[in-house]
Amino acid sequence: MARFRVNGTAQELDIEPEMPLLWALRDELGLTGTKFGCGIAACGACTVVVNGNPVRSCVTPISAVEGAEITTIEGLAVNAAGGLTPVQQAWIEHQVPQCGYCQSGMIMAVSALLATNPAPSDAEIDGAIPNVCRCGTYPRIRTAIRSLTGATA
Amino acid sequence: MPMNRRRFLLGTAIAGGGLLLGYATTRPSKHHLANATRSGNDAPFLTTWLRISPDNSVTVLVPHSEMGQGVLTALPMMAADELDADWNLVRVEQAPATDLFANGVLIKGFATSLGVSIPGFLDGLASAATMKVAEIMNMQITGGSSSVRFTGEQGMRVAGAAARQMLLQAAAQQLQVPQSELSTRLSHVHHEASGRSLSYGELAGAAARFEPPASPVLKRPEQYTLMGRPIPRIDIPAKVDGTAAFGIDARPAGMLYAAVKTAPVFGSRLASVDSASALQRRGVVRVVELDDAVAVVADNYWRARQALDAMAVSFEATPNDGVTTQSIFAQYDQALQGELSEDVEKGDTPAALATASSVVEATYRVPYLAHAAMEPMNCTVHFHDGRCDVWTGTQDNLGIRGRVASVSGLDENAVTVHAHYLGGGFGRRLPNATNTIDQATRIAMQFDVPVKTIWSREDDMQQDYYRPAVTSRFRAGFDAAGRLTAWENHYIGKNEPAEAAHTPYDIPNQSIAYADSPTHIPFGAWRSVAHSQHTFFLESFVDELAHHAGQNPYQFRLNLLADKPRHAAVLKAAAEQAGWDRNLPAGRARGIALQESFGSIVAQVAEVSIGEAGEVRVHRVTCAIDCGRAVNPDTVRSQAESGVIFGLTAALYGEISIDKGAVVQRNFNDYEMLRLRESPDIDVVTIESGAALGGLGEPATPPIAAAVANALYILTGQRVRELPLKNYRFTAAPSERA
Repeated sequence: MARFRVNGTAQELDIEPEMPLLWALRDELGLTGTKFGCGIAACGACTVVVNGNPVRSCVTPISAVEGAEITTIEGLAVNAAGGLTPVQQAWIEHQVPQCGYCQSGMIMAVSALLATNPAPSDAEIDGAIPNVCRCGTYPRIRTAIRSLTGATA
Repeated sequence: MPMNRRRFLLGTAIAGGGLLLGYATTRPSKHHLANATRSGNDAPFLTTWLRISPDNSVTVLVPHSEMGQGVLTALPMMAADELDADWNLVRVEQAPATDLFANGVLIKGFATSLGVSIPGFLDGLASAATMKVAEIMNMQITGGSSSVRFTGEQGMRVAGAAARQMLLQAAAQQLQVPQSELSTRLSHVHHEASGRSLSYGELAGAAARFEPPASPVLKRPEQYTLMGRPIPRIDIPAKVDGTAAFGIDARPAGMLYAAVKTAPVFGSRLASVDSASALQRRGVVRVVELDDAVAVVADNYWRARQALDAMAVSFEATPNDGVTTQSIFAQYDQALQGELSEDVEKGDTPAALATASSVVEATYRVPYLAHAAMEPMNCTVHFHDGRCDVWTGTQDNLGIRGRVASVSGLDENAVTVHAHYLGGGFGRRLPNATNTIDQATRIAMQFDVPVKTIWSREDDMQQDYYRPAVTSRFRAGFDAAGRLTAWENHYIGKNEPAEAAHTPYDIPNQSIAYADSPTHIPFGAWRSVAHSQHTFFLESFVDELAHHAGQNPYQFRLNLLADKPRHAAVLKAAAEQAGWDRNLPAGRARGIALQESFGSIVAQVAEVSIGEAGEVRVHRVTCAIDCGRAVNPDTVRSQAESGVIFGLTAALYGEISIDKGAVVQRNFNDYEMLRLRESPDIDVVTIESGAALGGLGEPATPPIAAAVANALYILTGQRVRELPLKNYRFTAAPSERA
């Protein structure tokens, strides 16, 4: 029996220990905000936060998150004032998403970065956010992050 | 502009005193029938577009798919502006996938009446020669950068203007004043003289009793209140909190999951399957054999995939098992030696080449490309009670309804398509690219519960409808006075848009011809379709000619655009914004390129350097675009940024290669994508020329590859005639080293 917490709620699942967290979230718990993109940790669409760290859930076996606290896009704003976190608000203000499919992973990766490094340099942002956006929202992602860190171009 | 005779402007009352109005693409009798078939308290659907309710809300029904291009916002803006509606009271609904909400007539009708080519995605569904009303009735297509240009300009605006006129008539009657004394603003009709006003909601029921005007007067640009303003997109809030529902997120009750293995060589068939071990695995329900594939259906996608991967599967040999990228390009070379078909013939090119004082020759090639939309291909289908429900994200909900009906043998009216957001389209989710839909339908036909078929990234990479590989050969001649007098271009495979290989430059003798050289690799529309290959060829070769003539590549182009003032203006705008004449730091160079596509003209300047490993670095891209006029300026910018990055990704990395008849690349680790760290600053300049609206989803994609390659020539002295750039290790010329 796998035991972990998702967005503050304790979960107990009778699933194979090698099942990736992604499919446990999507197919077993119905949390479809976390996206399947590549299955090999190459795109970041499946990024969730595990104990404060950004993790590619498509290659993270459920056995690796035993007892962990997991935050998905659905749980990001649970305790935020105004219903959305500053990252989510910046994403709206700068009209970042296009198709939107990669944005859950983007927002989770950026949230994890800013939680540990509130004023990252451009190089640190580049290193921490290697996620793929096929619509090419990168210029707006950078602008939105800069708006949160007080940095300018 | 001529009105399409197949359309009818119709209005009707709805329950509780509202007004429903729109342009119909079907005869009125059909709407009465449709309305009669609806029961209960539902507002009867007349046809497309807008509904004014007694609570003063306006609902706009959008018959196109949202895939990030902002269509769910731009089209309602156009209707609401003509209506003088309060944007805060406007609601947007996806039009249902029924033929009352088809948009094919608009696209086809207006594409024809405007004299532009029929978008290539209509190929096979409705060719220009064989198109029948019955066929175009069944399209709800989103592609060809057409939604705002056609549905918006010819549908949404007209419907909004007509509704406003009917509301004014109703108000004049109710207030007993001449209509000329009335004005409209923020969903109200005002009578300034008496200070009285009525809301649209109060007037809607009475307005519905008037005949819609045959040709409502549209606003002039200076009267717009919404068009031209950067309105936040309505789909964005759901895309930051995980609630936006993509096809892959559908979860109908009792659903099972299918993973599929398809024959790697296109056209091959399933030979044998050993399913015994799979069936013993946890959660596996059934193994389904199809003609060219085998599927495992389980209670969880991962379980289905694991079981499939563990299964021994073999496919039949085919005559194409030896095909490689090299053999395809060799086949192309041979085809170009054979008989060619005419594309453009102007003047006497052979004579001009024979008498030229200098001739420049070059051969260009580009590889196949995959779409690689972020949302892997998927489709959920449920057969029950002689009917079928389909959940998927598609560029044509009606087309998919028809496709599922024909694959399953059901009547179209027994198929319900539940529209979802698309996790990227780019042409991959058009209705002539349905291999996933077909498989999902055939698998689900064997069940009475919903089955969601999900392709892995590898499945999508290896079973796409690829942007075709193309070879293009050029010869150009200059006369003794240094004038460019001859242009010869022979290329492989004429595709849509038909004018993609045509040069905009004023060259007196032109001979453009093509050879067909079919392969077994499936091909389809890839963002900007044939422009994506030909703009790289055309704008690189023109750059070669400029350097051959010893001229500044920007000035060389400008000199050849004397009869094309819009093109010249866009080129100038890009050059000026980019500081074309200003010096750059050592080690950097600029390249320029220009293309008209889908009614918009785009010029781009790329600022490029060579990295330590000899790789290409693109620092800044200036993109000037003349799309006539910007409906939502922020969406113009975002689509330009998106188009640049899509085209730049292809230029730097895009390469699908063929070996043993199959696609070699599998996932994002060997089909690389541009990422944040490589993303250039993009400066978008919008030119409001006032010309007919041009498209936006595609036109920014074509020029960037040539702009970068042209900068690389200045930096390195090396002319790039094949893509992608990742296959080169560049060295900066001594004069350009930082």
